[in-house]
Amino acid sequence: MTVLRRVGIRLAWFIGSLALASFLIFLITNKLPGNIAQVILGTNASPGEAAALEERLGLTKPFFTRYLDWMAGVLRFDFGVSYYSGEAINPLIASRFEVSAWLVGLGMLLAVVIAIPVGSYAAMRRRHADGVAVSALSQIGLAIPAFWAGIWLVIVFAVNLGWLPAGGYVSWWESPGEWLLHLILPVTSLALVQSSVLSRYVRSAVIDVSHEDYFRTARAVGWSRIGALWRHGMRNIAISLLTVIGLQLATLLVGAILIEQVFALPGLGSALLMAVSRRDLGIVQAIVLLLVWAVLLINFLVDVTYQLVDPRLRRRGELQ
Amino acid sequence: MRRSRSFLGMLLAVALTVALGACTRPETDEPRGRELNIGAATEPAGLDMITTTGAGTPFVLLYNVYETLVKLDNEGNIRPLLASEWSQTPDRLSYTFSLDPAAKFASGAPVDADAVVKSFERARGETAAESIRLKWAPVDTIEAVDQRTVRLNLSRPSNGLLYDLTGPTGSISDPTATADLNTTPAGSGPYKFVTWEQGSRVELEANAGYWGTPARFSPVNFRYFADPNAMNTAMLSGQLDMISNLTVPQSIGQFSDAEKYTIHEGTTDGEVVLGFNHANEALSDVRVRQAISHAIDRQALVDSVWGGKGMLIGSMVPPTDPWFEDLSGVYPYDPDKARELLAEAGYASGLTLRLRVPNLPYGPTSGRFIAAQLKDVGITAEVEELEWARWLDQVYGQHDYDMTVVAHVEPRDLGAFAAEGNYWGYRNDAFNTLLTEADTGTEADQTEKLKEAARMLTDDAAAVWLFLLPSITIATPAIAGVQDNQISLSFDLTTLAARS
Repeated sequence: MTVLRRVGIRLAWFIGSLALASFLIFLITNKLPGNIAQVILGTNASPGEAAALEERLGLTKPFFTRYLDWMAGVLRFDFGVSYYSGEAINPLIASRFEVSAWLVGLGMLLAVVIAIPVGSYAAMRRRHADGVAVSALSQIGLAIPAFWAGIWLVIVFAVNLGWLPAGGYVSWWESPGEWLLHLILPVTSLALVQSSVLSRYVRSAVIDVSHEDYFRTARAVGWSRIGALWRHGMRNIAISLLTVIGLQLATLLVGAILIEQVFALPGLGSALLMAVSRRDLGIVQAIVLLLVWAVLLINFLVDVTYQLVDPRLRRRGELQ
Repeated sequence: MRRSRSFLGMLLAVALTVALGACTRPETDEPRGRELNIGAATEPAGLDMITTTGAGTPFVLLYNVYETLVKLDNEGNIRPLLASEWSQTPDRLSYTFSLDPAAKFASGAPVDADAVVKSFERARGETAAESIRLKWAPVDTIEAVDQRTVRLNLSRPSNGLLYDLTGPTGSISDPTATADLNTTPAGSGPYKFVTWEQGSRVELEANAGYWGTPARFSPVNFRYFADPNAMNTAMLSGQLDMISNLTVPQSIGQFSDAEKYTIHEGTTDGEVVLGFNHANEALSDVRVRQAISHAIDRQALVDSVWGGKGMLIGSMVPPTDPWFEDLSGVYPYDPDKARELLAEAGYASGLTLRLRVPNLPYGPTSGRFIAAQLKDVGITAEVEELEWARWLDQVYGQHDYDMTVVAHVEPRDLGAFAAEGNYWGYRNDAFNTLLTEADTGTEADQTEKLKEAARMLTDDAAAVWLFLLPSITIATPAIAGVQDNQISLSFDLTTLAARS
């Protein structure tokens, strides 16, 4: 089977999943008890007032009419307006996405940068006390929820030492320095936990590689351990690491929701939580759809990347 | 080799620390200027005061961006604002307001009788929110007598009207504004609207051409926090100058350093009510309701769930309303009396009720506390936590509950017990008559009748009034003029000043 055909089949699955996801999301969000009209009016509303507002917001239209209206918008990449504030959802999501993308992207990057040397070190020194200590440390890191790490980082670095802001976000365009300062703590708290997870995978991957014949041969012809690992091992490690990173990106997106609450970051996660609690369904649907698409896209890309990284998964010469 | 690597790591750590220290240093040394950052919990649901309901909008805009003819001060008194004086005819069927000749909108257009009439007609028109439109019910015609004089002609006397005019109902918007008021407010206040980043902040700036005492801060940011803990840490780390109201009073100890923080405690309009569903057979019996009132130690409840902050009230009236009367002693904590009343009502062998509480800061904790105390007198309260929107749908909307706990934060909301189809299912014609008489009678009548009405609710044990939500404002010592009470819908910036 050619790579192109493989990719084609994956793409078809990908598009099918997207379509199904959109319907399920709409179905589930619309079956939530409670609605935006009641939330807007709160305990000040007369029964008639809530009904009138529902009517005005178009919530009384039949389910499929609303679904088709929504899908018509989605296909044009127009998510409509917020029931709550009347604001257009697209620009709102775009600005929120920027925050979340930086948070998750930098968090994952930092996690990988920490995990590869730490995991390799723990693997190569696995029969020594320091290697065991490193590995135990990562085990502890696994058990810590990111938001809890975040709360502690805030207490130490923002409240007690006063070095970094406790929360909030400043866009890169406004002030790159402030942007960095505001992201250090949230990115670190995400990355600390993630790097623990990843370093365990790196460790076992490195151990596997060091048992391989080619590694022993490389050592025998005079490569140093690090040299052999770098030259011959990394490509093999990369395969398993990529799978894990792909899976973990999805977890990270979810973990970021809590991190955004702790650091008062105006990202997708905090927008989602707020929209759910207000039953601002247009925003809920838009964000969940984007998150689902993002996860599907990540899986799709990981699948495709396998073909590129592992020469055994493609025939010689095809992609050259 | 290993040594050199770890040395390099250490060097990097030191360099990073120094660099970070250097980056943040100016922020702590230099004064903030006259910028003001206020932490708040409830975000606006739109910026048009007339079409939007909810507390978030007037909190930011009332008295700051929009003004009214008369305003409510923090002791509950009605004061002049855009109207320098007003009068009422002896038959109380007509109000005449004289507008301050200096008053003008941020656009430069004058606040004249024409602008007032247009704003009022809009507030009672089709597009207005029902809760606002209803407040105009006693008004028959609104006329511009001359450029500076406005007259309201009433179809029946109303004591509530002047008070209502101090809120969003009476806000005056700029008739020359062409943009949508829901996104671009246009008023005559000391501040102008700059931007609203949904989910994050609303920014105001000083209105340079303000007709009265100029604004003392600019810009002013209302920053919104979904998580109370995040708001506290923002204050503790110096990102905020004020917390408008501490959501979780138990955390007040974090601000005990008097050199860094001032704490202002006062009252609000928020009665935390243990509501009964009067459609429930057991709860339709006044003896059962009284038994429950006796079975709950309310002071212990406030101590346990609200850090001991919050005043005990015995009815639906906060102490800042003229008809307040301390009724908190009517049902003293007395489990024996409660058991006796239950036995009388025929529930000696026990009673099971569903207590469905919203997941707001006071909800689940109060619910568990109440359940424990009711168990003591033989009532099994099954506590169920509902997410807020679900609570609004099932409890408030569909009346699917036996007992619930919720704070009623609207000012002067005694009338909630008289409203048609209210979620308690409470109906008392004598009470309704008292409210009508209070609104149409003289001012002295009003106070007397409402006192009587409040007492009637208490005697009838229509609900249990657990406590009054406190107003706890935290500020840095650099901010002067912070008000203790939060009783108008506005977070009034005009009383604040920077101490030098």
